[in-house]
Amino acid sequence: MRRANAHRIRLLAGRVLLLAGFFLVWHVLTQTGVLPPFFFGSPLTVLGNAARWFASGKIYRHLGITLIETVLAFGAGTALGLVVGLWLALAPTASALLEPYIKGANAMPRVILAPIFAVWFGLGILSKVALGVTLVFFIVFFNVYQGVKEVSPVVLANARMLGATRRQLLRHVYLPSATSWVFSSLHTSVGMAFVGAVVGEYLGSSAGVGYLILQAEGAFDINTVFAGILVLTAFALLLDAIVTLLEQRLLRWRPVATTTETH
Amino acid sequence: MGEARAPALALERITCTFQAPERMAPAYTAVRDLSLQVAPGEFVSIVGPTGCGKSTLLNVAAGLLAPSQGVVRVAGEPLRGLNRRAGYLFQAEALLPWRSARGNVAAGLQFRGIDRRQALREAEEWLARVGLEGFGDHYPHQLSGGMRKRVALAQTLILDPAIVLMDEPFSALDVQTRQLMENELLDLWSADRKSVVFITHDLEEAISLSDRVVVLSAGPATRTIGEFGIDLARPRDVAEVRLTRRFLELHREIWELLKAEVLKGHAQGKRA
Repeated sequence: MRRANAHRIRLLAGRVLLLAGFFLVWHVLTQTGVLPPFFFGSPLTVLGNAARWFASGKIYRHLGITLIETVLAFGAGTALGLVVGLWLALAPTASALLEPYIKGANAMPRVILAPIFAVWFGLGILSKVALGVTLVFFIVFFNVYQGVKEVSPVVLANARMLGATRRQLLRHVYLPSATSWVFSSLHTSVGMAFVGAVVGEYLGSSAGVGYLILQAEGAFDINTVFAGILVLTAFALLLDAIVTLLEQRLLRWRPVATTTETH
Repeated sequence: MGEARAPALALERITCTFQAPERMAPAYTAVRDLSLQVAPGEFVSIVGPTGCGKSTLLNVAAGLLAPSQGVVRVAGEPLRGLNRRAGYLFQAEALLPWRSARGNVAAGLQFRGIDRRQALREAEEWLARVGLEGFGDHYPHQLSGGMRKRVALAQTLILDPAIVLMDEPFSALDVQTRQLMENELLDLWSADRKSVVFITHDLEEAISLSDRVVVLSAGPATRTIGEFGIDLARPRDVAEVRLTRRFLELHREIWELLKAEVLKGHAQGKRA
């Protein structure tokens, strides 16, 4: 136990050192003029700008909006992907009919939809949620579809022999199997919801961290752009950590790769 | 008694032909014209070489597979759809991996609309009966193979089926665990004599458990080629009964018949 802890601390120290080294190199290069500070910013100002955002409280409103957009896009996209995925996986005719269109829609770069959504839903939260949904939906949809298709036929036959009706099969066999696949793609879909929110804000909005970055870019304030990116990155890491926690709780029934199976 | 009691399960002249995946390939007949009767409370084992269509037969009896020809009768009535009077213990892992052991045992009761708390309470009792007290919260992947089989057994028996279909349920277990499980199965069975159809490729297992052993021919077009009443006294201990003279006689007798089929099946396997 103690050795594992020491290892963890050393690893953490190494990671912090790497980050500090990165900022140091950045600082030295821009300070000595090897890289022009106008284009590459200066790490001290970047950190200062970020700190000022939090100190003045200005950032919270924007972060809050980006967070709401992310959560809404994730929730709506997941619900939609779950329902459509279950439906198409269990209805072969409909799935055969829709297959090329779904593939096409998935292959299309969704970012180009952002201006259309802005026209449809305005510059507020909704247009960003819509963009996020188009990103999250397909991830969840394909995972649910796969999850239903991969239900072990023996498990299915067993549930039927135990007296499960069609509805109970859906509720107690297909849905848990599908959700386990959805959870395993949770990191990707939360990330995508976040990307949808920020990109949407960046392409036209009146609030949000993406909007802050857009504003700074318009004023050639590269330091604030970097500060925005820094805040976004930290926030994304936080979201990811929350997802990991959630996953550990919800997928408790799954074997962990590190424990060996006994027979 | 005016009429003779109807058999718990009767397969009458069952034929199962599978369409080959490619259209030009010939259809494969797994089972041909096979009949089998199981009396109420009787323990029947079916032995035969590998790939002889034993599982096909069990799926037909369960109603999971409709035969190409022939009729399945359950307590005299022709079977339509799933066999509601039968419980099925599968060879492969069949537990719901996202449910705990207790949740798995309770599943069938819940499907029948019994209140969740009541179902879980009964499941707890059944877990104790199969020797898994205190393992209710474990998920299948946290249990050993033998434990998972016990859960599956409790899951099936909690519904009190009149007929229990077992497809090589213990084949994946090590010898010691297997004998333990066989004895426990006999204990549970003798408590409330259900009809059991037990499929195995292990002749010793078949003899030590059963009232009757049915021998199937090598596939394709499997049929029954012999039936042997097992007149060993009950209650039995599966390890001890194997040392008795009568057991050895029966074993020799059945093995002589089975050996030829096993060789035939082996030769076919090589050719394929």
